[in-house]
Amino acid sequence: MAKFKDVHIPISMSFTLSLIGLLVAATMLVAGVTTAEDFSEFLLTILGGVGLSVALAYALLSIFGTHVAAMIVSALLFAAAGLAVGSLGGAFFGAIGGVLFARLVFWLHFREYRRGLPPYLTAEQVLWHYGFRFICAAIFIFLITPILVVLPLSFNAENFFTFTPEMLRFDPEGYSLKHYRDFFTNNEWQRSFKNSLIIAPIATIISVSLGTLAAIGLSQSHVPGRRAIMAMLISPMIVPLIISATGMFFFYSSIGNFLEDSLGFNKTFVGYVKVILAHAVLGVPFVIITVTATLVGFDRSLTRAAANMGADPMTTFFRVQMPLILPGVISGGLFAFITSFDEVVVVLFVGSASQKTLPWQMFTGLREQISPTILAVATILVVISIALLTVVELLRRRSERLRGMSPG
Amino acid sequence: MSDATQQDAPQSNGPVLAADGTPLKQSLARSLRRQKLRALILIAPLLLFVILSFLVPIASMLFRSVENGIVEETLPETVAELASWDATSGELPPEEVYAAFVRDMVVAVDEKTHTRLGSRLNYEETGMSSMFRRSGRAIKKLDPVEDAPFKEKLIDIHDGWGEVKTWATIQTHSGKYTDGYFLNAVDMQRTAEGPEMQPENKRILLTLFGRTLKMSLIITGFCILLSYPVAWLLANLPMRISNLLMILVLLPFWTSLLVRTSAWKVMLQQQGVINDTLVWLGLVADDARLVIINNQIGTIVAMTHILLPFMILPMYSVMQTIQPTYLRAAKSLGATNWTAFWRVYFPQSIPGIGAGSILVFILAIGYYITPEIVGGTKGVFISNRIAYHISSSLNWGLAAALGTILLAVVLILYWAYDKIVGIDNVKLG
Repeated sequence: MAKFKDVHIPISMSFTLSLIGLLVAATMLVAGVTTAEDFSEFLLTILGGVGLSVALAYALLSIFGTHVAAMIVSALLFAAAGLAVGSLGGAFFGAIGGVLFARLVFWLHFREYRRGLPPYLTAEQVLWHYGFRFICAAIFIFLITPILVVLPLSFNAENFFTFTPEMLRFDPEGYSLKHYRDFFTNNEWQRSFKNSLIIAPIATIISVSLGTLAAIGLSQSHVPGRRAIMAMLISPMIVPLIISATGMFFFYSSIGNFLEDSLGFNKTFVGYVKVILAHAVLGVPFVIITVTATLVGFDRSLTRAAANMGADPMTTFFRVQMPLILPGVISGGLFAFITSFDEVVVVLFVGSASQKTLPWQMFTGLREQISPTILAVATILVVISIALLTVVELLRRRSERLRGMSPG
Repeated sequence: MSDATQQDAPQSNGPVLAADGTPLKQSLARSLRRQKLRALILIAPLLLFVILSFLVPIASMLFRSVENGIVEETLPETVAELASWDATSGELPPEEVYAAFVRDMVVAVDEKTHTRLGSRLNYEETGMSSMFRRSGRAIKKLDPVEDAPFKEKLIDIHDGWGEVKTWATIQTHSGKYTDGYFLNAVDMQRTAEGPEMQPENKRILLTLFGRTLKMSLIITGFCILLSYPVAWLLANLPMRISNLLMILVLLPFWTSLLVRTSAWKVMLQQQGVINDTLVWLGLVADDARLVIINNQIGTIVAMTHILLPFMILPMYSVMQTIQPTYLRAAKSLGATNWTAFWRVYFPQSIPGIGAGSILVFILAIGYYITPEIVGGTKGVFISNRIAYHISSSLNWGLAAALGTILLAVVLILYWAYDKIVGIDNVKLG
């Protein structure tokens, strides 16, 4: 590859070193702006930091020929410095910083940033390329940080919502499972968890069974008023939850009174029925959308072939059509499940205290008495959602493979 | 030979027959009818279910926002007598009205419905609730026949009965249906002279509507700004890498709303992660920690994060279909990078922006949980007011009217979304 030959020719040493110096100075300016007492100390700190890092960069570049050795040495040096400042945690972060520093020095000096880019790009275009990546990385960090922050905090040994000094030092004393213990032993949390596990699956079963039938009906070639029907079936997803909840609050309370007073049903039972019906309706649009999407790729000649060979409609449905659209049905069901499992506004309005679900308990916890048990619950829910996400993704790929839409 | 011609004749001249002898046209029509019927039978259970458990409740909410039977049901005779009284004359209603009122109230106190009427009228005129409650006890002792005349007695019981305003309020709101809740919902009230603005200190809902719209627009704007680069990157990276990065978008999308909201509470608090990090870095002094929760900033940051995937996913699916060769062609024809992007790529990506924006906006204006937890008092939306009227102030008519207005806004947007994107094209994940 002749055109990439210049990639490994280093830039001049002075360029690399001055760039490193500038970067370090900029970082320290941002980070150290208020810690210094007066201006001369401030200047001295920055000059010292720049001098040290430039010297280190020069040493790394002239002594080591490969990345790996330089990275190890620099990691050790930084870790030692970190250990001196802030014990074990400092050493850990120092080591990471050291690796990154060495990597950056070599990356700049040997023009590795040009690798993989078209050789005709101008310097500005290369700079823009990395600037753009940097912006995107920042947005991804914004997306994922809140979720990642919750995980370690849930192991906090104190009743705080923030990192304690012990946690930052990686002191085992700073961590504990007490919030998890609280979740698994506290009656309120356990009851709400159980309620969620009762309501969500039943609501899912209702919306999946009715939804799948309707989706099959909707995918027939001649359906009178398909657009209007579709709009009605999708509406629970579009109407804001607060409005659905308001409407259901008025309607379901009168239905509930009727069931209790005239038909003599148990109050708790009626409460569950109300919440389950409300959640089942909210899950319907997700089932309809995913199953109709799967049916778009369904080959109609298969059912005709089955009928031709003497299968009755039921057999055709369960032996031919159902196995093929099953991935869509399951992912629709998962959507419906997560909708019910996460839902709080409607249950807040329609349900009574004995139907308190997990999200409801979290909501009151966040609004009234703040307890870090919420973070333990949040961690458990994140793990559950990762599991569900994996299942849906696998199903999607399987369905695409079955329908021959993508090779992978 | 002649047999053959006779057999062929009906086929070539008469209608084409199906196997069972009926004309083909009829037979096809029947099969089409049967197909339609089968489709409808399959759809019917779900349709019924959705209508009964979702659309009827919504309709009942619409009805409740105009329904006002309580005044006429509780005070039937008074309402009839009051009809001939002119509230603008400045004189108190005649004795017949007072007599009718006492007759009505004796029945109402007996059935204990007068306090409910009191709280209904209290939404229109403060003080009515306590007036009805207190007068109820005294009126109970009166005899509708023997104790006449009542005018003086009632004014003795409570000064309010001697004011034109009280009777004007009852007269104005005696109709079976009312637009009073809708007027209240836009900070107006119905008086004897017609609709007018509420007093300055009671106006809050228009501000809330304005704030809800303004903040939803800001959130939508931030979502567009943050989603565009990410969607572009995902659409232009090799499939393997973009699928991996997609996890970073889908994981927040799949994570419980409550988890994300509590995460933002943890991040934004005064003693929270962001403030701690800033103090540790020395960017912010320890005694000047940023106030980024329980105000509009908190709501905007948290909701932008929560709604971001709803913007990225539609943008990504549109950008995936844009041919990269167009950009290259523009550049090879001499366009600068910026011109090529702005004149060639950007116009093609507008459908994605439109779809995402409407989706995010619809979701944002109905948000309740997140503003409630991170919004404090300055960062709450109209939905929080609806919830307040349902669960605390019990002014259900006003809650229904507010909900109806919000629903109308959403339905208009929904209609626009259907026109632009098509509701069938909604994709999940």
